[in-house]
Amino acid sequence: MHSDTIIACHECDLLQRVRPLPPGGVARCSRCGGILLQHKRHSLDRTLSFTIAGIILFVVANTYPFLALKSGSLVQETTLFTGIRELSAQGMPELAVLVFVTTILIPLLQLLGMVYVLGPLKFNKTPPGLAIIFRCVRSMQPWGMMEVFMLGILVSVVKLAKMASIVPGLALYSFAILIFVLAAAAASLDPHIVWERVAIEK
Amino acid sequence: MNGFSLTAQKACLAGCQSCHLVSKVRPATRGKYICPRCGSVIHQRKPNSIQRTWALVIGAFIFYIPANVLPITIVTSLGKTQADTILSGVLYFIATGMWPIAAVIFFASIFVPVLKLIILTYLLISVQKKSRWRPRDRTRLYRITEAVGRWSMVDIYVVTILVALVKLGALASIEAGPAAVYFAAVVVLTMFAAMNFDPRLIWDAMEKEDE
Repeated sequence: MHSDTIIACHECDLLQRVRPLPPGGVARCSRCGGILLQHKRHSLDRTLSFTIAGIILFVVANTYPFLALKSGSLVQETTLFTGIRELSAQGMPELAVLVFVTTILIPLLQLLGMVYVLGPLKFNKTPPGLAIIFRCVRSMQPWGMMEVFMLGILVSVVKLAKMASIVPGLALYSFAILIFVLAAAAASLDPHIVWERVAIEK
Repeated sequence: MNGFSLTAQKACLAGCQSCHLVSKVRPATRGKYICPRCGSVIHQRKPNSIQRTWALVIGAFIFYIPANVLPITIVTSLGKTQADTILSGVLYFIATGMWPIAAVIFFASIFVPVLKLIILTYLLISVQKKSRWRPRDRTRLYRITEAVGRWSMVDIYVVTILVALVKLGALASIEAGPAAVYFAAVVVLTMFAAMNFDPRLIWDAMEKEDE
């Protein structure tokens, strides 16, 4: 653990020996400049707490309406799920599935997977299936698009502002905090602290 | 920091793309190798990277046409129906003076997908021609392409929110247009294309020279 690590750069395949990093240190590839290793301070504690906060916010964000449209006596409220249902009702089930997967399913699986992996590690235990679950969580990374969805909400608000009055809902604030919490969780995770705990099969 | 000057492939090793572990791989074998630590399949180079990336890029180019020609939203307001394409949406925002929104939609829905397709096409051609021109910058281009692609989904989410929110009976309603599906396909295909491209191929051309 405290000896040098040999790493093949992900981007250019050059083999390099990396000395143990100081707290907060970054090792970059000497040839292409890609990041080889990055040490994060208090990675386990920080990532775990951001993830738990994320789960609570995620539940609030998805149960309450995030926007309401008011025009005279007509009020139309929407949760994330009603949008998905409406898409599939309009004959676009593929699109409904894509939105569901990228904004609900994958973020939720990632949050739960991270707690499953990091929770026991915090108490020095190794959960069963650690390697496969952590691998799945990592590979879902590009497909969770909460922050893109948040930008979508902002664009919609501006777009509709002229048509009728927009009332922000409780879930909107949860969404806004959630994206910062998710970004913080992603930024504080050092995947190496998990991989170090997995035994290498000979 | 650097005690080596050779690549993992030359040393008959391969770095796991998932957990970074470097392990031994016998050269020129067709069987699958499993990372001894995390269990994912490891390759020295992503298999058929160039062919797969080309197929996905060409597919995305094809879907890009209906995505821009067909309407993405169909607005019915007081009995009048209006179909909007991605571009007419941008022009509408410019005409009404909402520059920031026009810029967001333009960048996410028009500029980024086109830029991504052009960059991937250029990277594919440069790798196939074994170009040795500025590999560091080309690797950086690849990194950017991989990172920005997801933001193109913005328009899809806007459509999702609009169809759920604007259902004011005879007053106004919004329906998703056929372009939405094609546009979503472009975003997904380009994301897969970026994932299938192997940036290590850029550097393989540099290796040949050293020998």
